[in-house]
Amino acid sequence: MTPRFHPGEAVRVIDKASAGHVRTPRYIRGKCGVVERICGEFRRPEESAYGRYGGGRERLYRVRFAQHEVWPDYAGPAEDTLDVEIYEHWLEKREAGP
Amino acid sequence: MSAEHAHSDRSAEHLERAFRELLAEKGIISDAAVSERLEFMYTRTPALGARVVARAWFDPGFKERLLEDGSAAVTELGIDIRGLRLVVVENTAVLHNLVVCTLCSCYPRMLLGLPPDWYKSVEYRARAVREPRAVLAEFGLSLPGDVTVRVHDSTADMRYLVLPARPTGTDALGEAQCAELVSRDAMIGVALAGSPSNVL
Repeated sequence: MTPRFHPGEAVRVIDKASAGHVRTPRYIRGKCGVVERICGEFRRPEESAYGRYGGGRERLYRVRFAQHEVWPDYAGPAEDTLDVEIYEHWLEKREAGP
Repeated sequence: MSAEHAHSDRSAEHLERAFRELLAEKGIISDAAVSERLEFMYTRTPALGARVVARAWFDPGFKERLLEDGSAAVTELGIDIRGLRLVVVENTAVLHNLVVCTLCSCYPRMLLGLPPDWYKSVEYRARAVREPRAVLAEFGLSLPGDVTVRVHDSTADMRYLVLPARPTGTDALGEAQCAELVSRDAMIGVALAGSPSNVL
């Protein structure tokens, strides 16, 4: 399967509620960042945490966010960033606009 | 330790034992495998990570491979990392890296051993992503505004190791002496590598 996103591409973390074991922190949902690298393919945590594994793998990305995007009142310089690992099924293309 | 803490530690211990005994009874894991794993983990200390850092300081080719593919480069040194997916991030004069796991306590145990208690605390996990500069200052590291801070939240399958900058005044030191300047905290990113006066 080809990756849906590539390094340098702008993405948004899907903002949805979730139950069970999820590795997408709530604080980053709905935030926009840029793909820093593709980390590889791993078992979906939502399934593997409960012993369910159908053989499928989910692609994992390392996404870089500007701290001021994550926390509007961030106290540091505009260059400060935060890298978070996000699975492909938690990412969407960032629409054009503000 | 508060009574509440002592109680939750005991509960966790009971739960762990019950779980382990059940798994052994069902033949999913063996007591021997658990013992082997524990013995192996006791051999993991920050000295392993320090060895990797010092190698990178002395061998530019190794450093390049380490930053490109951390797991492959560390394996090259003969260190058994058992499937660890390692990302090494380099501190420079204009960039400082800090590692945290906001969801639990993901940590490069294969190279640093068990994480310190503060790394697992709710305070560190919440504040390291929210106000990293304030957290670093509390660790005694006040960074000027022209040094960019890059925080890494190990939320999934990768583990992060900070490659600290080589301290000045270490030109006369050998690789093993340099490794002694590299603390666990420097490889998490809450400290810099030590000054050579500490080992001379």
